[in-house]
Amino acid sequence: MKTALLNADKIRLDGRKLDELRPVKIEVGVIKNADGSARIEFGKNKIMAAVYGPKEVHPKHLTKPDRAIVKCRYHMTPFSTDTRKNPSFSRREIEISKVIRQALEPAIILEDYPRSSIEVYMEVLQSDGGSRCAALSAASVALADAGINMRDLVAGCAAGKIGGEIVLDIDDTEDKEGEADMPTGIMPSLGLVTLFQLDGNLSASEFQKTFDLAVNGCMKVYQIQREALMNKYFGQSEPMQESNE
Amino acid sequence: MSAVRKAVVVGTLRKSQMKEQLVKGKRLDGRDLLQQRNLSIELGVIEKASGSARVRLGDTEIVAGAKVETGRPFPDTPDQGLLIVTAEVLPIASAYAEPGPPNEEAIELARVSDRGIRESGMLDFSKLMIKKGEHVYSVFVDVAVLNDDGGLFDAASYAIVSALSTATRPNTELAEDGSLIVSDDTSDLDVKTLPIATTFAKIHGKIVFDPNTEEQAMMEARLTLVTDSEGKFVAGQKGGSGVFTYDEMKELARISAERGIEIRKAIRDTIDNGSQKT
Repeated sequence: MKTALLNADKIRLDGRKLDELRPVKIEVGVIKNADGSARIEFGKNKIMAAVYGPKEVHPKHLTKPDRAIVKCRYHMTPFSTDTRKNPSFSRREIEISKVIRQALEPAIILEDYPRSSIEVYMEVLQSDGGSRCAALSAASVALADAGINMRDLVAGCAAGKIGGEIVLDIDDTEDKEGEADMPTGIMPSLGLVTLFQLDGNLSASEFQKTFDLAVNGCMKVYQIQREALMNKYFGQSEPMQESNE
Repeated sequence: MSAVRKAVVVGTLRKSQMKEQLVKGKRLDGRDLLQQRNLSIELGVIEKASGSARVRLGDTEIVAGAKVETGRPFPDTPDQGLLIVTAEVLPIASAYAEPGPPNEEAIELARVSDRGIRESGMLDFSKLMIKKGEHVYSVFVDVAVLNDDGGLFDAASYAIVSALSTATRPNTELAEDGSLIVSDDTSDLDVKTLPIATTFAKIHGKIVFDPNTEEQAMMEARLTLVTDSEGKFVAGQKGGSGVFTYDEMKELARISAERGIEIRKAIRDTIDNGSQKT
């Protein structure tokens, strides 16, 4: 029994337009003990990210003489899902931790921290579809908050296909009942893709359109990431400058 | 034949040689940038499996075995059969593979392979239901990497497609008391489409298709795209600690669809002929 994900006016179940992002809120420096942290609310997603490091590498044999290693853990709390999630680490979480790590590594100037490890922990307190993109966005802000040297922030957002239409920012229901989901992460100022996954069914032209929309969504998330960091460090947000001075 | 040690850590000399070649549009093994290694497929290599195939892609060797059994559905999908995909890089497969539970690479391999089958609609899970909420077919696809010289996503997808396309399922009958009678005779497992994976690596800013271990060790980033028989994109995964430009992403989508058609045709021919090699 399929619910219609779009009404006659192409409005989505939660009232959003096709290219509309869910409400996104980011708060910086929310975990006292961490070197850097952020909390993101991305629709009903509630995710905390904390960064510890640069610090000594454990176990020692993982040490790289010329750069830092990044450890990443994306984890869902048992109460974050509709039916209780087993607290132990699932195959899905292992995969997501890996793709998020590889999405953050290009942004971090690892050579600045030889022989050290940078640890990124993301805890999903409530999940609502698109949690890996939200977690990635929060983690990148937490890294910046920790004062880690970076080339750019990393902003994540998914696009996908529901009811035959290409839409931005797939939520839980749309992910389960929809036709495609394309989680994407970019370095927005550099215009480079650092995270990309796809599952679903997209024609060649739909692929291009979905990708463009996802990049667009990432740019919107980037704006919110910047504002959050501005708020913490300058007590106000500045409008984004398009060009360098 | 003497074994060439395939290094995960590539020496400085090899690195600069590779770079020199790439600039000329060539690779250390003599291939063009977008050329695939030799692909051969043998069907039905494991008699006890419901369907199986051995794939050799260059020096990479993979066996995929499908087992189709009867079982109970998951509570949230009472009217659908099950699919479970696992992958293991066996300790015989390289000097760097270790015994023990699958590591994150093997888990990624299994999950991307799973997405290719599931999202393409290759199997019609509603047709794999026998009695709602009670009995369904469970399709297990297990991928064993016997020799690892890179390109595991692609080789696994060819092995899986070949194994499932030639797989059978046991016929069943419902007894009056609702219990299931599993018969000895079998029917074909109906396969709707052939999801084909293509993997590209970016090395020194150049894109190569079907990277081997040495190239993977040198790559900045990797992109796998899976297309179905209609040329639709059904799965994708970026890997590696590097980046792709927006234009590269779109260009790779185009190339992936193109190469998918050729590879699918070769696999289709093998399956139709039931022959040993492509």
